[in-house]
Amino acid sequence: MSNLLKKVNWMTLLIPVISVILGLLCGAVIMLVIGYNPVLAYQSIVESIFLQPYYGGETIRAMIPLVLAGLAVAFSFRTGLFNIGVEGQLMVGWLASVACAISLGHLPKILLLPLSIVAGGAAGALWGFIPGFLKARFKVHEVISTIMMNYIALYTTAYLIKNFLYTEGERTPTIPSAASLASPFLANLTQGSRLHWGIIVAIIAVFAMWFLLWKTTKGYELRSVGFSPDASNYAGMSVARNIMLSLTISGIFAGLAGAMEGLGTYQYMTISSAFTGIGFNGIAVALLGLNTPIGVLLAGALFSGLQNGGLTMQANAGVPVELVNIIIALIIFFVGSSYAIKWALSRFSRKGKK
Amino acid sequence: MFKKRIAVLVAFVVVLGSILAGCGNSKSSGNSTSTKKSAFKAGMVTDTGGVDDKSFNQSAWEGLTTYAKDNDLKKGTDVKYLQSTQPSDYSPNLNTMVHQNFNIVYGIGFLMQSDIQKVAEQNPKAQLGIIDAVAVDKSNKPLKNVASITFKEEQGSFLVGVVAGLTTKTNKVGFIGGINSALIKKFENGFKAGVKAVNPDAEVYAQYAGAFDAPDKGRAIAQTLYTKGADIIYASAGNTGNGVFTEAKNRAKNGKKVWVIGVDKDQHDQGMPENVTLTSMVKRVDKAIYDVTKQTKAGDFPGGQVLSFGLKENGVGIAPTTENVSKKALDEVNQYKSKIIDGSIKVPTTDKEFKEYAATLK
Repeated sequence: MSNLLKKVNWMTLLIPVISVILGLLCGAVIMLVIGYNPVLAYQSIVESIFLQPYYGGETIRAMIPLVLAGLAVAFSFRTGLFNIGVEGQLMVGWLASVACAISLGHLPKILLLPLSIVAGGAAGALWGFIPGFLKARFKVHEVISTIMMNYIALYTTAYLIKNFLYTEGERTPTIPSAASLASPFLANLTQGSRLHWGIIVAIIAVFAMWFLLWKTTKGYELRSVGFSPDASNYAGMSVARNIMLSLTISGIFAGLAGAMEGLGTYQYMTISSAFTGIGFNGIAVALLGLNTPIGVLLAGALFSGLQNGGLTMQANAGVPVELVNIIIALIIFFVGSSYAIKWALSRFSRKGKK
Repeated sequence: MFKKRIAVLVAFVVVLGSILAGCGNSKSSGNSTSTKKSAFKAGMVTDTGGVDDKSFNQSAWEGLTTYAKDNDLKKGTDVKYLQSTQPSDYSPNLNTMVHQNFNIVYGIGFLMQSDIQKVAEQNPKAQLGIIDAVAVDKSNKPLKNVASITFKEEQGSFLVGVVAGLTTKTNKVGFIGGINSALIKKFENGFKAGVKAVNPDAEVYAQYAGAFDAPDKGRAIAQTLYTKGADIIYASAGNTGNGVFTEAKNRAKNGKKVWVIGVDKDQHDQGMPENVTLTSMVKRVDKAIYDVTKQTKAGDFPGGQVLSFGLKENGVGIAPTTENVSKKALDEVNQYKSKIIDGSIKVPTTDKEFKEYAATLK
């Protein structure tokens, strides 16, 4: 038994690594075919992120919402639910945190900042609770309802900004500095990047998910519902309540991701006609991170590194920034086709043993 | 257990590495590509519309490429654009070009205003430009190292107003705006002034759709205005204006000829095959970029200035396609154009100015 477990662990760990390597290799081949220099391209990514403080800072900054969105997807997935609604939960969380910061602007920082963050999480929780309730009560499939909730969030936030928080430039006013996560200290450290204290929130969230799922009874219930709803039901757990709880907590993570953008990166919210993409990237991050907190952290770092490095790749090697999205898609493709990799690996290791 | 430890270790190293990268050497940036110091480099950062948006990003890039061709600069190194796939890319893209010692870096569109302002304050030596917005510091003064490029849309609108005033048969014309804002008010009041100048009896219906991306609303308003008797509508509403074209084409198909006046670029083709585009008010972002780049190269970068491109600078005007405009109207347009340029007519931009202007006509 322990032997089997070991083998599975080893392989599941290998699959994302191999997928990333294969994705990067395929990306290099595509670059070669189109006529770009892949060595220069990857070199500029690595150099900018690790040697230039500005891009390092920007990478960690981009990592914050990505990790939180990834945690949101991973958390619900542990209960066997597929939360496609992270994008919408993120947007309502973003707006709620910004709105809270602006309307309660007279409060001191020690109250206003936590309150604004909580507002973001609460709005996300509400947006996650609704599909959870629909699923638990009326058996509405959560994939459908969360996707629809995304659109409701997109247009509702636009409407609310337009009518209640509008300022020139198609956006909300800038939040008061008492609610801001931005820090001159971190900015100076990284040559003026937008790195903010949200990184601490993200790291706390990583620990929170691990603790909640693996160290508490409730977490055990949530996971067991994910493994087998019927068995859990038979064991006396309320499947319906766990479904609602799972999507609500997932929504909190997503709402926090939005709050980080609102209070940290942008300090305002624009009226957007399209999704931010962070929520959808969160699905990929969770998938690559094997739905584990630490995996999500690593995958988030990789993706934000690729995205920010992609900008310097565009600037230094002339490679179009779209190529980074292709590489990310390839990595996800290989993770998705993990069965093939697993099969190849097992053939390989069996031969090695005999 | 061993594997788990490795995983934790790897995670630790990656996070630590990126944090250390943040603390470490602070002087490494900017030297990666500065091969020749003497070479002149001009760059632009697109907004999320991308460089082929058939609108101002594209127009701006055309301006830069024309400049490159005229000055033997290499496309892709000396003149260059960086594309933004999400709004959070604006800041890194602007910073990248600044770090690479571009002599001038343009941010295309007012969406980049707060990012440009921040980059400008952090890099006082950088030379930046922004389209359709005025970059200001915290005390609302124009930033010294940003050239704010704006357009006198009211002047171009005046000219298409002249065309409309002389072409209308029902003596009723319409104006449809996107969002009721200071910017679009310039279009409206310039247009109204132009109509009244040549046809004081004409009535102008003005209505706002409340959105730049709602063709359905544009169409509904166009329907109302055409039914009220307007035979020409000036649509200054971005994508919302496309609904006006749809409605006009429909009416033309049913044998009732009505006209649309396009905006921003020559929208003649958009009115085809029913041929409903009377003329268009064009806004020459390419020309503005070309001029500012030229000035920067010559050593007098217009930093801290709010540049306003009007008829005089060929920054706005009526579209080159004039097949639907009568000879008489064109002559009048040219007369008014020279009057605006020499300053004898001051085109109103706000409702208040329009009232004052209308009083002088009587």
